[in-house]
Amino acid sequence: MSKRIDAVDLNVYYGNFRAVEGVNINIEPRSVTAFIGPSGCGKTTFLRTINRMHEVLPGARAEGRLLLDGEDIYDPGVDPVTVRTMVGMVFQRPNPFPTMSIRDNILAGYKLNGTRMSKSTADGIVEKSLRGANLWNEVKDRLDKPGSGLSGGQQQRLCIARSIAVEPDVILMDEPCSALDPISTLAIEDLINELKDNYTVVIVTHNMQQAARVADKTAFFNIAGTGKPGKLIEYDDTSVIFNNPSNKQTEDYVSGRFG
Amino acid sequence: MTDTATEPSRRTSLKGSRGGEAGDRVFSGLALTAGIVILLVLAFVAVFLLIESLPALWPEAFSDQDTIESADTFWQYVWPLMAGTLIASIIAILLATPVAVGIALYISHYAPRSIATPVGYVIDLLAAIPSVVFGAWGMTVLAGAMVPIYAWLNEYLGWIPLFGGTPTTTGRTLLTSGVVLAVMILPIITSLCREIFLQTPKLHEEAALALGATRWEMVKMTVFPFARAGIVSSIMLGLGRALGETMAVTLVLSPGIFSWSLIQSGRNATIPSEIALNFPEAFGMRQSELIAAGLMLFIITLAVNMVARWIVSRHKEFSGAN
Ligand SMILES: Nc1ncnc2c1ncn2[C@@H]1O[C@H](COP(=O)(O)OP(=O)(O)O)[C@@H](O)[C@H]1O
Ligand SMILES: [Mg+2]
Repeated sequence: MSKRIDAVDLNVYYGNFRAVEGVNINIEPRSVTAFIGPSGCGKTTFLRTINRMHEVLPGARAEGRLLLDGEDIYDPGVDPVTVRTMVGMVFQRPNPFPTMSIRDNILAGYKLNGTRMSKSTADGIVEKSLRGANLWNEVKDRLDKPGSGLSGGQQQRLCIARSIAVEPDVILMDEPCSALDPISTLAIEDLINELKDNYTVVIVTHNMQQAARVADKTAFFNIAGTGKPGKLIEYDDTSVIFNNPSNKQTEDYVSGRFG
Repeated sequence: MTDTATEPSRRTSLKGSRGGEAGDRVFSGLALTAGIVILLVLAFVAVFLLIESLPALWPEAFSDQDTIESADTFWQYVWPLMAGTLIASIIAILLATPVAVGIALYISHYAPRSIATPVGYVIDLLAAIPSVVFGAWGMTVLAGAMVPIYAWLNEYLGWIPLFGGTPTTTGRTLLTSGVVLAVMILPIITSLCREIFLQTPKLHEEAALALGATRWEMVKMTVFPFARAGIVSSIMLGLGRALGETMAVTLVLSPGIFSWSLIQSGRNATIPSEIALNFPEAFGMRQSELIAAGLMLFIITLAVNMVARWIVSRHKEFSGAN
């Protein structure tokens, strides 16, 4: 469980458009890493290359190497489906399966593997995952109700529970709180703090206070202008990025002097 | 020159109207009128069918005869027709649905866009072909081609009543009619299913993929559950078209008495083709019989739609609409 991530000269394309250029980054296991930067600088795009979700869009591809504990996930012999079972993802908008109950949402990953399990094992997984996502007490009496009946914040925690149910090594989150109210946001931030005991967590956020609150290390991305590729500008301990950045662009961005 | 006159006036009171409700009222009035007109037309058709059918349904009371012309009782006359109609339509649905769903899924989720667009376009064109063309094709091409298949079915599966009896030499059987109907409703179901499959939210498809679903698993997990109601509706639309189809069946089938065997000529008939074949020369009691048969078809279609609605509404809570 919990793997390190190393990107080596990673370039990411949409058709002929290079959206992200030359990313080199080393992310430690059992840590929280935040990606910050202005809109359109490629945070989502880069994040989605870490579990090979990028390539499900027509014409989208990545070049370079992305190592999970030293193994290149872009090696020709690697099945993207396997990668995605090891690298879970939480999306910007909560997306529990509307046609499934809360319980079935949690077990969806196991159903895919075709894992046969007894009801008590399944119950155990459901409870453990929901507890892990700090959602158990709120939904334990309505596990058979549809997940779409929950509040936005609860739905997002359900999605987190769904991805940790299959015990991945890495959890990617793309602005998981951008659609949530402040109370739900705090609940998710608490959860992220607990998740790093077991997982490598990478979170994209627009909110610099959030990055400062949850992340051990922070990566700042930027673009030179529209149509130009996004680049990783600076990557360091969160306190360094916010208090003592070495790059002028980072300093301008974190101090709000971003033009 | 000041431009105060062009500045929008600010409201100073909560009371009174902002204006613009007239649009709401006109629209709801239009919608209501349209709804009432549809109901009235339906009611009018039903009443017409019922009144014209009465002599056949109850000859002792509503005609000067004791029985109808074609049989002892109306039910004796109409049940083989109803059975034939239902069997041909069910054959059509059973054959068309899996193929249609498969093609729709291929277009919406598997084919590259350079193939999906033209194929989708061709399917939409097929849906516009008049049924008489399908009937002519069924009679001249398909019927002959089916003869050896029927011989084979009879030889190896003849112990099943559906394939028993003496196989046809012309191919103009109820099964051929069912196949023609299947071809006819295929584009309708395909076209609707494709639209529905395309509407599956990307958000949910990606949720499945990100959990490690293969493309087919993603389809089973998100596309099909999301499209369930739509698939049922498209099947019902196809079924409705098959049940009421006149020309395609009339041209293909050589009708006769009811038989469980689907591969004999001169057997079976459907309500629409019975009406189409006989109505021009019918008058008096015979005409009432045919209209009463039409009434039965009306009731079958209504029942089919109600069952469909029931199926669709059964899992509303999990439909994804909330
Ligand atoms: N599906 C797509 N097709 C083509 N270009 C895209 C697509 N998604 C994003 N882009 C482009 O890639 C760049 C990076 O986008 P994104 O990764 O979404 O930025 P961020 O998440 O940092 O706001 C932008 O220029 C954006 O316009
Ligand atoms: Mg983004």
